[in-house]
Amino acid sequence: MGVVTLTINGVECTGKEGQTVLEVAKENGINIPILCNLKGLSPVTACRLCLIEVKGMPRLVPACATKVQEGMVVETNSEKLKNYRRLIVELLFAEGNHICASCVVNGHCELQNLGFAVGMDHVRFDYLWQSFKIDASHERFVMDQSKCVKCTRCIRVCDEVEGAHVWDLGGRGLNARVIAGLNEPWGNVVECTKCGKCVQVCPVGALFEKGATSSEMVKDLTFLERILKGREEHIWVR
Amino acid sequence: MTLEELEELARKERENLGKYKHKIMICGGASCDSLGSGTFKRKIEEVLAKYGLKDEVAVMQVGCMGLCGKGPLMRIEPEGIIYTYVQPEEVESIIEKHFVKGAPKEDKIITYDHPFFKKQFYIVLKDMGNADPLSISQYVAIGGFRALAKALTEMTPQDVIEEVKKSGLRGRGGAGFPTGIKWETVAKQNSTIKFVVCNGDEGDPGAFMDRSVMESMPYRLLEGMAIAAYAVGAQQGFIYTRAEYPLAIERLRKAIKEAERMGFLGSRILGTSFNFRVDIRVGAGAFVCGEETALLASIEGRRGMPRQRPPFPAEKGLWGYPTLINNVETFANIYAIINNGGEWFASIGTEKSKGTKVFALAGKIVNTGLVEVPMGITIREMIFDIGGGIQGGRKFKAVQTGGPSGGCIPEKYLDLPIDYETLKQVGSIMGSGGFIVMDDATCMVDVAKFFMEFCAEESCGKCVPCRVGTTVMKNILQKIVEGMATMDDFNNLKELAHMVREASLCGLGQTAPNPVLSTIMYFEDEYLAHINEKRCKADSCEIKEFDILSLYS
Repeated sequence: MGVVTLTINGVECTGKEGQTVLEVAKENGINIPILCNLKGLSPVTACRLCLIEVKGMPRLVPACATKVQEGMVVETNSEKLKNYRRLIVELLFAEGNHICASCVVNGHCELQNLGFAVGMDHVRFDYLWQSFKIDASHERFVMDQSKCVKCTRCIRVCDEVEGAHVWDLGGRGLNARVIAGLNEPWGNVVECTKCGKCVQVCPVGALFEKGATSSEMVKDLTFLERILKGREEHIWVR
Repeated sequence: MTLEELEELARKERENLGKYKHKIMICGGASCDSLGSGTFKRKIEEVLAKYGLKDEVAVMQVGCMGLCGKGPLMRIEPEGIIYTYVQPEEVESIIEKHFVKGAPKEDKIITYDHPFFKKQFYIVLKDMGNADPLSISQYVAIGGFRALAKALTEMTPQDVIEEVKKSGLRGRGGAGFPTGIKWETVAKQNSTIKFVVCNGDEGDPGAFMDRSVMESMPYRLLEGMAIAAYAVGAQQGFIYTRAEYPLAIERLRKAIKEAERMGFLGSRILGTSFNFRVDIRVGAGAFVCGEETALLASIEGRRGMPRQRPPFPAEKGLWGYPTLINNVETFANIYAIINNGGEWFASIGTEKSKGTKVFALAGKIVNTGLVEVPMGITIREMIFDIGGGIQGGRKFKAVQTGGPSGGCIPEKYLDLPIDYETLKQVGSIMGSGGFIVMDDATCMVDVAKFFMEFCAEESCGKCVPCRVGTTVMKNILQKIVEGMATMDDFNNLKELAHMVREASLCGLGQTAPNPVLSTIMYFEDEYLAHINEKRCKADSCEIKEFDILSLYS
């Protein structure tokens, strides 16, 4: 595989052909905020937080799905991008009912961290205060729709890694919801293997283990790398 | 079917129609049909039988004649007289008066000298009002399938692409991408399986161009698709349209069957080795499925959600294979380019926008309906010559082009020519051809709110800027309309609009703020009047009294 040289924020970096800008930036110590992206899962480019400016491209492009090219000039942290990121995080807070103090992942939440990272001190817009449902029908886990940011990590991990495809997206626009099975209580979905992968990849407190209360739910993402690496090396094949 | 048989079929059909002294043509477009024109044929035949005129007068149900606002329409040839507003109960008396007593009913007739028709130039809509949409022999008689025959027998696929490139035809779905280049890209892909997809998912409120073409000239669309398939090397085509167009679906289904029977589609078309099949896929009417990647997902049977491009469908489309996707109107232009040559097509229109464009005139305009005009015609000509001016003699205020993702163009730009670049410069888009005229009783903030509501409703929910941003903008506009907003809200609205435009994943989100941004650009005073003076300049909004007690209730 060839090596490509590119400039990110004025710094010359090298990356392997086929890598995304996001990966190369991370290797070179440049942090690009992400929410929907998770290493090991297919990119969906839904959160739009990793948008970058690439010289010669008319539009902003998501770093998670843009492959590096020789001589690329990338800007990841312009004033415009910073402002847009803050607006997007504010929109996420306005959409759900995110009350950190009572949330199970308070202190370990990716959305909370994003809020700090983009310098959000308040939300400029009126909260939408939609009414959401909590699904506690599963024997081990709980789904709280009010915290869901529709990153679809749970859908992808269940489909691509576990192979059960319990989750899907239903509804449209603001009424889009992550649904279990054919929009039924999670506990009724017989396909669910109760593996808990969806719970661990959820960046916020939408999916959590039963019994967790405020700040008690800490997610562990290491399993994903372990499984994918094992698959690559065929360690489970006789 | 061979070329000779094709000519023979055309000759026979012309002879058959030539036997009649007169022809009565009843408009069978969805608009006239819904007003009862479907029952006319039987009634007219009864009257003709009564007076023994059956062998002299042919009665035909034809495609859309364009002047939908004055429907149902009925035309009598060779006199060229069009009866407007024909009520089902007066059909008999009209026919009696026309043929027996010899005096056409004066007050309701117009001719092709009517200003509505005079400035139009027909390519896509040509002969739509002259032939039965479902009669393949009539389509052949007006010159149909000659372009396909020419392409298959006299031209190589490369020749066809060169001709389309020379014509300067640009995608009529809205973005205006050069069609020839798109075809070339698909043709160059190294794949044995390729697809041709027709985007007939017309979702803009007030737009009905594609519907009319599918209903009134289904064979022209199929011919264009077949030529495209020949050029790019595809063997399978899909027409994606919406369940809200039952008449179009029905006619397309019948037309495909008929064309396959006659050897214009299917295997060994016109005796050559070229095979091409077309299937229809019916969507559930989600606006976002007009976006090409969402449309392809929907054809594949998945949730209609767009994905990040690149890769473009031309490289990786349906099931990962190279896919050519064009709008209905684009395909309907192809026959003329092949028949008359690319140079002829390029001689129509402006320097960068060639050919004609079909518009659906709607809103507060006298002549609502379907028009086809050469590119470069001014907005003034469209509204005041073809459209007949504003209803009720009121004053013109703005025109909204390009559907919910277009912008509002104010009076000062009335003399601008209509083409892709000019419309973009003034903050709107060509879009698929919606043309909604507004008079001075329209509040522009309310208009922006209406379109934002539409976009918020139709957002698929995938990306954050579009899913939440459109709803938040809608809420701010609602506050402004009610007189409850502050200048902070107004500034937030502007900032949000720019962000949603640049950060959204697909065309829906990227263009959703256009109505807001264009009305702020040209009618900022109306926004400020709502916010600062709590009054609506057009007197159409209900301004709420601010009541401090409401905060505690």
